Amino acid sequence: MISLAGRDILHAWGKFIFTGIGLGLLIGVTLTMAGVYRGMVDDGKVLLDNSGADLWVVQKNTLGPYAESSSLYDDSYRGILALPGVAQAANVTYLTMQIRQGENDVRAMVVGIAPGGAGIPGWPPYLVAGRQITRSHYEAVADMATGFKLDDRIQIRRNDYTVVGLTRRMVSSSGDPMVFIPLKDAQEAQFLKDNDAILQNRRRIAENPAFNRPAIPDLLDTVITSQSSNPYVNAVLVRLKPGYAADEVVEVIQRWKRLTAYTRSQMEDILIGKLIATSAQQIGMFLVILAVVSAAIIAFIIYTLTLGKIREIAVLKLIGTKNRTIAGMIMQEALGLGVIGFVVGKISATFWALIFPKYVLLELRDAFSGFIVLMIICVLASIIAIHAALKVDPAEAIGG
Amino acid sequence: MEGGGIRIEGLHKRYGKGETAVDALKQVDMRVAPGEVVGLIGPSGSGKSTLLKCLGAVIEPTAGRMILGNEVIYDNGWKITDLRALRRDKIGFVFQAPYLIPFLDVTDNVALLPMLAGVPNDVARTKAMALLQALDIQHRAQAMPSELSGGEQQRVAIARGLINRPPVILADEPTAPLDSERALAVVRILNDMARQFETAIVVVTHDEKIIPTFKRIYHIRDGITHEEIGEGREFD
Ligand SMILES: Nc1ncnc2c1ncn2[C@@H]1O[C@H](COP(=O)(O)OP(=O)(O)OP(=O)(O)O)[C@@H](O)[C@H]1O
Ligand SMILES: [Mg+2]
Repeated sequence: MISLAGRDILHAWGKFIFTGIGLGLLIGVTLTMAGVYRGMVDDGKVLLDNSGADLWVVQKNTLGPYAESSSLYDDSYRGILALPGVAQAANVTYLTMQIRQGENDVRAMVVGIAPGGAGIPGWPPYLVAGRQITRSHYEAVADMATGFKLDDRIQIRRNDYTVVGLTRRMVSSSGDPMVFIPLKDAQEAQFLKDNDAILQNRRRIAENPAFNRPAIPDLLDTVITSQSSNPYVNAVLVRLKPGYAADEVVEVIQRWKRLTAYTRSQMEDILIGKLIATSAQQIGMFLVILAVVSAAIIAFIIYTLTLGKIREIAVLKLIGTKNRTIAGMIMQEALGLGVIGFVVGKISATFWALIFPKYVLLELRDAFSGFIVLMIICVLASIIAIHAALKVDPAEAIGG
Repeated sequence: MEGGGIRIEGLHKRYGKGETAVDALKQVDMRVAPGEVVGLIGPSGSGKSTLLKCLGAVIEPTAGRMILGNEVIYDNGWKITDLRALRRDKIGFVFQAPYLIPFLDVTDNVALLPMLAGVPNDVARTKAMALLQALDIQHRAQAMPSELSGGEQQRVAIARGLINRPPVILADEPTAPLDSERALAVVRILNDMARQFETAIVVVTHDEKIIPTFKRIYHIRDGITHEEIGEGREFD
């Protein structure tokens, strides 16, 4: 047997390579889009993994702490700790903000972690450099993606922090790198405004005769202190004792503590099903558009290439070549173009994933299903050209 | 002439319908014996190409009878179902323009049909090589069609037409683009092939240079054939 398509491609390789490269860049974009989606899902999973929690306890009837805001009293954890099945319970705060470092500022998620050291839920499980936070104030562990280095001084709200440790791939569900600081500092950062606002607040309290009573001189100070501290956290991370079912502990927490709790799989559903659902839909729409555009391009190219061979096709028919052979030739050329495009696309996606300003996770199964879809598109795209070829009258080869 | 060649009786072909109908063939009778080369000549529009297309099972006649070898292929309607297989197995085509496949080299252009039919590639190529040798063009076996002269292309096209050893070869103006020396060479090849493979060959031509070489000629005028004795001049 002889492959007419193979020989035609070899003969007109320039045409095939150039259109293949064009198509390949389009396919590269498609694979990258899929990779961005996978990256977002992975960011979510990494976030949950690295928090070291089995359960997330949040404000009643909220989807916090990642998908909605949630706040609960910072002493709630004590009650949770006393429940059966709970091994550890730790406060945590999350606040996405700009962090200044010298001239620059970096978008990051500031995580306030409860004192106690590594192993407490919320703490980064491992560091790539430096050490964990040991002092109770003004130390930070930052993710490498922030660009901070050990011993850098960074500014969060009004306070300066020293970077003492670095992590890798500790990111928020939207891909912002994390910066860990002591819980107390974080609560303050979340609550406190600038100096001016504090002074204004003090003045307002002092002017209120209900608080500023000469008969009780300590009252004003007490009120100001209570107003300037923040007794809230965003969630309590819970680790279970071995042998306890997450669902049952969730049940107990919700019944006794008037709080809402989520298991790991519920949290994953919230992150992936709700938080990144819109982005996923946008990406899905892009993938559909790209598939249609690729199909149109392949169909157009194959149709043009076929029209250029109409006379040869008439000759092939005249000398007795089967329709199957002719259709096969056209379809194989379309598939060949698809294969060239796929190879180019896979290579370019691999390269620009490295410099893409978002985590791109190229999964083998996406490449594989992308390849299958592309082959189906190629087959469909060749139908118009095949139709044109099979309509050719062999008498045309004889002429007048 | 028993058991072979071409026989056409009372063939009629009408193009179109009603007012615009054209009777391109009105009364065509023709016999070509195996091993014989006959000329088909006539003025423009007389129906030469139409006759060749009918005989080549490319268009359907309106009435009459056509017999190829021992097989009645047309008798007021097709008598066989797979016309394409008939063309592939029984008929070799040679045209004015050789229409080689541009992305195959000379050998594969000639070997294409058997290769597509499942004959192992090397067997088909060996067969093609033998034909190229017979046509004295074996030295261009690896060339691409675009690298050949018109005469060389025509010889490759003849080799392609012969590869399946068809009992019938139909040639439409095969020498039109060639100078007289090359044109005579092509006719000589056709005569050699006819003798060697017992092929019945019909050559449509306007070409004054080659008309004297036919022993028998069919004249066609207004769709009606008249048989004539040709000069049958020998080649030097
Ligand atoms: N497809 C067609 N539809 C309608 N009429 C046709 C068609 N093909 C040929 N004819 C007509 O049939 C007649 C015979 O045409 P044909 O092509 O057989 O002539 P020819 O002898 O080959 O001429 P030439 O020497 O110019 O090639 C002409 O009048 C032509 O106009
Ligand atoms: Mg003609």
